[in-house]
Amino acid sequence: MNNESRPYTLIAELTYRCPLRCPYCSNPLDFAEHGNEIDTDTWLRVFQEAEELGVVQLNLTGGEPLLRNDLERLIEEARKIDLYTNLITSGIPLTFERLSRLRALGLDSVQVSVQSARPSVSDRIAGVPSFNRKLDVMRWVTSLDLPLTMNVVLHRENISEINEFIALAERVSADRLELANTQYLGWALKNRSALLPTREQIERARTVAAEAKARLRGSMEVLFVTPDYYTDYPKSCMEGWGRRFIVVNPEGLALPCHLAHTIPGLRFEHVTQRRLGDIWHHSAGFNRFRGEDWLPDPCRTCERRVLDFGGCRCQAFHVLGDAGMADPACSLAPGHDFIESARAQAGRTTGVPVLFEYRTGRGRSAR
Amino acid sequence: MTLTTIRPRFSPKVRLRFDRRTGRHLLLYPETGLQLNHTATVIARLCTGEWTVDDMVEQLTQAYGDVSPDEIRREMCEFLDVLSHRGLLQGMA
Ligand code: SF4
Ligand code: SF4
Repeated sequence: MNNESRPYTLIAELTYRCPLRCPYCSNPLDFAEHGNEIDTDTWLRVFQEAEELGVVQLNLTGGEPLLRNDLERLIEEARKIDLYTNLITSGIPLTFERLSRLRALGLDSVQVSVQSARPSVSDRIAGVPSFNRKLDVMRWVTSLDLPLTMNVVLHRENISEINEFIALAERVSADRLELANTQYLGWALKNRSALLPTREQIERARTVAAEAKARLRGSMEVLFVTPDYYTDYPKSCMEGWGRRFIVVNPEGLALPCHLAHTIPGLRFEHVTQRRLGDIWHHSAGFNRFRGEDWLPDPCRTCERRVLDFGGCRCQAFHVLGDAGMADPACSLAPGHDFIESARAQAGRTTGVPVLFEYRTGRGRSAR
Repeated sequence: MTLTTIRPRFSPKVRLRFDRRTGRHLLLYPETGLQLNHTATVIARLCTGEWTVDDMVEQLTQAYGDVSPDEIRREMCEFLDVLSHRGLLQGMA
C-alpha cells in the first residue's frame, strides 16, 4: 500500500445515543429512525482489520460512547492490538470507579467537551445540568494520570469566554485545549445565524489563544481552529478524503468522514458486509474524491491543492449542492459569495441575544 | 538548549510502538504521533529517566563510530527539544 492513503486513525462512533442536546451537533437529526448499533464482536473485528490497514489511533466517540456497556471490553481488546485509545466524551454518565476500570484495561487518553466555562450557560447550551459533573470528570481524568484534552466548540455565545476556558483548562491540568469552531453543517448550518461569531470576536479570541499557546508551551498544548468562514482558504478536511481517517458509524457504515453519507449519489458499505481493508481500497465512495483526477476548477491548477485537497466535500454539497465543487469557504471558489453574505449577516446581528433552537426528542452528541 | 545533566523520560501519555507497515517506530500520544527514524528510535529507547544526556551521547557515539560526539549531541538536543516542546517529556517544559 502506498503511504498516500494509509489510515492512521479509526473513528469508532459507538452509538448515536447521547444524554446532551447541543444545538451544533452535526449528527443526523433523525437518528431514532436509524438502524441498530453493531455489536461487540463486529467492533472487535473492525478494530483488528483497521490495525492491519495501518491504524494506530482509535477514537471512541458517539453520541456518547459511555452509553455502550461493552466499552470495557472494546478498550481491553484494543489495547491487546496496541491501539492508542482516545475516549471522546461529554463525561455524562461516568463514575470515578468506571473511569479507573477503563484506565486499568488500557484506555490511553480522554477528551471532555465543555460547552461553556460558566455553569449556568453550559447547562443551558447542553440542554441538561451537566457542568459540575464535567468538572469532576476532568479532575478524575488527571488524578488518574490520564492525559486530558478539554474540547470547546466555540460559537458566538461562548467565544467571549475564551480567557475563562483557558483558566479552566489550567485549573484541571489539561494536557491539551482544543478551541474548535462550529462546523456549519447539518443542524449548525440551520442555526448558523445564531452561532457564527463576528470577525472581531474571532480576531480577539485568536490573539488570546496565541498568547496562551506561547505561555503554556511544553505543559499544555493550545489549539485554536479558526472557522473557515473567516479564512481565505479552506482547511484540509480529514487530511484528505480517504487518506488518513476511517469513520465507522453506529450502524457499521464505513466512511471517509462522519457526514460523507449525507452526500447523495455516493456508495458506502457496511463493515458487516465487507472487510474494512476491501472497503478502504476498493469502495466507490472512498475512491470518489481521492487523488487529483476529480478536482474541479480552480483547484485543478491551484498550488494549494496538495495542502487542502479542495477543502470539505460535505460543505461543498451542503452549501452549493454539489460535492464535486471547490469548498465555498475558499476565496477563489465560485460559490464563495454565499460565505461572504453569511459573514456580513454575522456582523449585522452583533449584540442580539442568541436564542438556540433546540432539538426535540432525545438529542445527542458529545462533540 | 537542553541541559546535559537532565535525565530525559517520557511523560506517561507517550507510547512507543513498532509500525509494521514501515518497519519504523512511532511515538504515539493523544490524537497523533511522530514517525521516528532509526537514530531517533535509539534515543527514544534511552528516554527512561535512567540516563543523562551525556550518557546517551556516549552510548550513541559507541554505536555509531563514524559520527563525532559533537554531531550526535547536537542532533540529540534538537530531537529532545522537539519532544519537550510537544510536552512529551516529563518535567522538561
Ligand atoms: S482553489 Fe481549491 S485547492 Fe486552491 S485553495 Fe481553493 S479550495 Fe484549495
Ligand atoms: S467532509 Fe466536511 S463534514 Fe465531512 S468531515 Fe470533512 S469537514 Fe466534516
